[in-house]
Amino acid sequence: MKKITYSLNYRKPKEEYTENCELTVCVRYYQKLDDGKHKVVKKSTGVKCKLKDWDSDWHKAENRHPIKSTDSNYLEKNRIIRNKSIDLHSFIKDLKPLKNISSFNSKVPNGPLHLKWSNHKNDVRLVSPANKRNIDIIVVGTGLAGGSACATLAEQGYNVKAFCFQDSSRRAHSIAAQGGINAAKNYQGDGDSVYRLFYDTIKGGDYRSRESNVYRLAEVSSSIIDQCVAQGVPFAREYGGLLDNRSFGGVLVSRTFYAKGQTGQQLLLGAYSAMNRQVARGKIEMFTRHEMMDIVVVEGKARGIITRNLITGEIEKHSAHAVVLASGGYGNLFYLSTNAMGSNVSAAWKVHKKGALFANPSFTQIHPTCIPVSGDYQSKLTLMSESLRNDGRIWVPKKIEDAKKISEGTLKPIDLNEEDRDYYLERRYPAFGNLVPRDVASRAAKERCDAGYGVNKTGEAVFLDFSSAIIRYGKEKALVKGLDTEDMDLVKSLGEGVIRAKYGNLFQMYEKIVDENPYKTPMMIYPAVHYTMGGLWVDYNLMTTIPGCYAIGEANFSDHGANRLGASALMQGLADGYFVLPNTINDYLADDIKTGPIPNDKPEFDEAKKNVEEKIEKLISNKGSKSVDFFHKKLGKIIWNNCGMSRNETDLKKAIKDIQNLRSDFYNNIKVTGDKNSFNESLAKALRVADFMELGELFAVDALNRNESCGGHFREEYQTKEGEALRNDDDYRFVSAWEYNPIIEFSKLHKEHLDFENVELKSRSYK
Amino acid sequence: MKNIFKSSIGRKIAMALSGIFLIVFLTQHFLINITSVFSEDIFNMLSHFMGNNPLVQFVLQPVLIAGVLFHFVMGFILEWQNRKARPVTYAMYKGSKNSMFVSRNMIISGIVILSFLVLHFYDFWVPEMDYKYIQSLPEDPNRYYEELIHKFENPVRVGLYCLSFIFLALHLVHGLSSSTQSLGTNNKYATTIEKISFAFGIAIPLGFCFIALYHFFIHF
Amino acid sequence: MKLYLKIWRQKNSQSKGKIVDYEIDDISPDMSFLEMMDVLNEKIIDEDGDPVAFDHDCREGICGSCSMFINGEPHGPDKLITTCQLHMRRFKDGDTIYIEPFRAKAFPIIKDLVVDRTAFDRIQQSGGFISINTSGNTLDANTIPIEKENADKAFDAATCIGCGACVASCKNSSAMLFVSAKVSQFSLLPQGKVEATDRVLNMVNQMDEEGFGNCTNTGACHVECPKGISLDYIAKLNREYVKANLKK
Repeated sequence: MKKITYSLNYRKPKEEYTENCELTVCVRYYQKLDDGKHKVVKKSTGVKCKLKDWDSDWHKAENRHPIKSTDSNYLEKNRIIRNKSIDLHSFIKDLKPLKNISSFNSKVPNGPLHLKWSNHKNDVRLVSPANKRNIDIIVVGTGLAGGSACATLAEQGYNVKAFCFQDSSRRAHSIAAQGGINAAKNYQGDGDSVYRLFYDTIKGGDYRSRESNVYRLAEVSSSIIDQCVAQGVPFAREYGGLLDNRSFGGVLVSRTFYAKGQTGQQLLLGAYSAMNRQVARGKIEMFTRHEMMDIVVVEGKARGIITRNLITGEIEKHSAHAVVLASGGYGNLFYLSTNAMGSNVSAAWKVHKKGALFANPSFTQIHPTCIPVSGDYQSKLTLMSESLRNDGRIWVPKKIEDAKKISEGTLKPIDLNEEDRDYYLERRYPAFGNLVPRDVASRAAKERCDAGYGVNKTGEAVFLDFSSAIIRYGKEKALVKGLDTEDMDLVKSLGEGVIRAKYGNLFQMYEKIVDENPYKTPMMIYPAVHYTMGGLWVDYNLMTTIPGCYAIGEANFSDHGANRLGASALMQGLADGYFVLPNTINDYLADDIKTGPIPNDKPEFDEAKKNVEEKIEKLISNKGSKSVDFFHKKLGKIIWNNCGMSRNETDLKKAIKDIQNLRSDFYNNIKVTGDKNSFNESLAKALRVADFMELGELFAVDALNRNESCGGHFREEYQTKEGEALRNDDDYRFVSAWEYNPIIEFSKLHKEHLDFENVELKSRSYK
Repeated sequence: MKNIFKSSIGRKIAMALSGIFLIVFLTQHFLINITSVFSEDIFNMLSHFMGNNPLVQFVLQPVLIAGVLFHFVMGFILEWQNRKARPVTYAMYKGSKNSMFVSRNMIISGIVILSFLVLHFYDFWVPEMDYKYIQSLPEDPNRYYEELIHKFENPVRVGLYCLSFIFLALHLVHGLSSSTQSLGTNNKYATTIEKISFAFGIAIPLGFCFIALYHFFIHF
Repeated sequence: MKLYLKIWRQKNSQSKGKIVDYEIDDISPDMSFLEMMDVLNEKIIDEDGDPVAFDHDCREGICGSCSMFINGEPHGPDKLITTCQLHMRRFKDGDTIYIEPFRAKAFPIIKDLVVDRTAFDRIQQSGGFISINTSGNTLDANTIPIEKENADKAFDAATCIGCGACVASCKNSSAMLFVSAKVSQFSLLPQGKVEATDRVLNMVNQMDEEGFGNCTNTGACHVECPKGISLDYIAKLNREYVKANLKK
């Protein structure tokens, strides 16, 4: 028996105490050894408790606490002792999971992995259709997760208020996802299954995600495809009329469904059309060009939000029985990223500040195939879909002098002989080749470029070459058509046709930006920030630590661990929105059937509104001299240089100090022109960047805290001899969930330990 | 169904149908006129038939006039609505980058054709009505050819006619292919139909021009 | 390079706007058009002015936010791209560039170059969907095979990004291309055929109510469409509309 318990620190026989005596609470680790002896570790918590307030049977029920509510400060005290026990927990290995006593409970259902979700669906409480009509839900963000959640919640009968900062819900950045969406359909008969998708995702995430959530994701994945086809999403098809698949990084099967290079667009338009149907029915009220400024918590429950109307500048109060955040990721922290210009962390950060834990903030995905940075004026980076790695081969010159010549423009890449090229991914990872997971591919590119083999002016680019694919496809086509396979011009033009049909829009995009023809000369690519695996901590029901506040899609942390596999973001967004949240939210709302409408005139609303107005006033009246973009660019540089593809202790410590300084500079020297009561983009941007300034610090704190390398988080101190990531499962097999502290450096770390009962922890190998 | 012509697509189909009807009439008109080039007798015979057949005179003629009026009135209504759809115009608008001049200016070619019709009615239709129904002169089956060549003696009139025919061609070049598009042809014949309508739209007005010039120079 | 900009400035929907002249220097040909606008705005902020408001978000040509009418054409002189994909190498040193908002009665101006395109949303809400429950209890995705040609055509129609360039370029401010793309996408798929009749009637009706102009087949929309959506879809819409009217 190994477990942690709490006890009072009696110094004399119990009978000698009266009920008003105060005693210190201790955390005890109590272990029965094999020889029958006991081993006890005891630690004081510093919390004192009167004997009459002590609940000696606290462990008998999940919602009982050691310190009873008769103590005036029982909540805080219970929280402190709970945190002490978590700290102790991390010192001791081989421990049974802690019994959760606070709201920090992942609520993973019992039972075997493959039955967890179906059992859970049977166990959760339901809300009758008649009662749903009386319940309001706010959804912030209308991308894949938000849009699909709005549609399904409204379909079920809830009244949904949907908010987005864009002019239409169809413009959320999910629309830019290119490559595809995974589903364990096994239409190709190549051995795919729910378990394999689950396993690939866990492994791809470098064993830092929650098993139960990932399995559920894999389980519902095939319903997504059914759903979308029924909605009229025009997925790519084969000549037989059935759905086509392609392959993505980090897996050995073809399970990715796609619609040319515009899968995200098609899926989002599907969700958008489902939303439109509910808007027409009056079940969804759309608030476009509205930005969430704060969440309102009344009596411990999320009951509404404060928004700013981006056209009129009006600060509005909106109430509801529950708040769902689908506000996406925070890649724009880096300034240059593949995110949309408006993507931001503000909604999630505001919720964090009101008590929701923020999990794994430093887990960021750097996507290997983006168009390289070309100059200082650059405002964003453009992704070239991972699907290109199906046919493109990545290389740099073998000799450093060739790389020099190419970057100076004196040597053309197509003139370089085959034997002088270094297809480094194929060389290092023969099994997966160009289709290794994103984090591995990105680091490999950085490694080559750092070593001086970069092929453009900045030295930060590698080639993605389609010439062999063009010839391969061209020959195949010529053979089918009965033409001369030796005629290279013919073969090339046929091959280019095949490539155009597959990736035409991507090639056109590349040509427009770089002004080079990628059919004739290899593309230049370099890694760029793309996705954030970290996000609001949520339990199995997708609820944050604020009751009634949910986070779905990229805004939460749950499914991708330390690295996301390609084509899994769309899957997660839609799974959360269409299938998971609509089942789990009922359980919470079952308590609210008699509550009636939530008034928005409570003091909590007014106070939150006042705070927002003050913050805006402060920014707009500040007589500074530097624009928002100036600060955002600076912040981005700090993060990219110190917390980017590889991190080390010195840089991270420096980053924390730099961000702190930049933040105070921001509030002193920011200049926001224009009017607060009208359309004012620089004001909206300033409000977003203010939150990035805080998140950035937590980001670095988290990266510093995690003394291991895993997935996208690569600490230079922790690597193998070959330069691969070196995980530390003994000490860091947990989710870092941070509790807000106004002094961000002192944010409190909570650890959710990850148990892997269904997969064996192995070091990831793609060789 | 009853609302179809209140909708934008309904109106555009109505324009297309009335336009095609007018083109059919125009073709018929052309076929009769062209006979004047090679046979006075046939021309007189056909003209006499058209001028005195009660079906043509009392059924087809009013339908034709209604068709013409409908096409014009509808054209003006559409133009007015379309202008209303953009109350503030662009400071810089380069329509030539994305569409043909003729397609953007159907109203201009239409107005020119309308003015021409006034002249044409004054030249032929009014005297004809006067001859037949007001003065009720005795019918002479051989008078038509004479009247025709008499009209084409004046070089100014011939010039005006030819100019109007050019505008007619401009109108038809877009009008005919636009009608087929409005009626929803998009099958494998679509490009062929477009080419044919383009050629047709030029050929008919050119033919009319030819007739006018022929008589002018032959009888000069 | 140095450029002379003539930009439409309008404080809000009620006020009257006018063209304002700006000069801008040191523009790199590798910049995107919107990055040039960023540089201009930085300069305006520096001079304590109100920066030019314009819609933009993804900056990779897919979200459909950007809506500038550049030198007489929506999304500028290049074809098959959006404003954000337009690069300054398309212009010469010393060029004068007119920048106006997309203009139509149905797209009222919010500020400067920002217009309100919710009319498009309302058209879609009137019928641009397939009425199925989103709970996932539907047929298996491969139950109904779909002819590849039709699936591809439906996809081509569905690539519409809803930017409104069709309306902006049309001399009549007609939204026919947008509506036809939406109607065709669904009517080409077996799943969408079920509701095809009501869909086309309702969407066309809503389009007319929004105050868009009539289509006169000039074809400007298709030339300026950043996704190259074909005029064939308008022909198809016309047919569907007549068919639907004959049924109802």
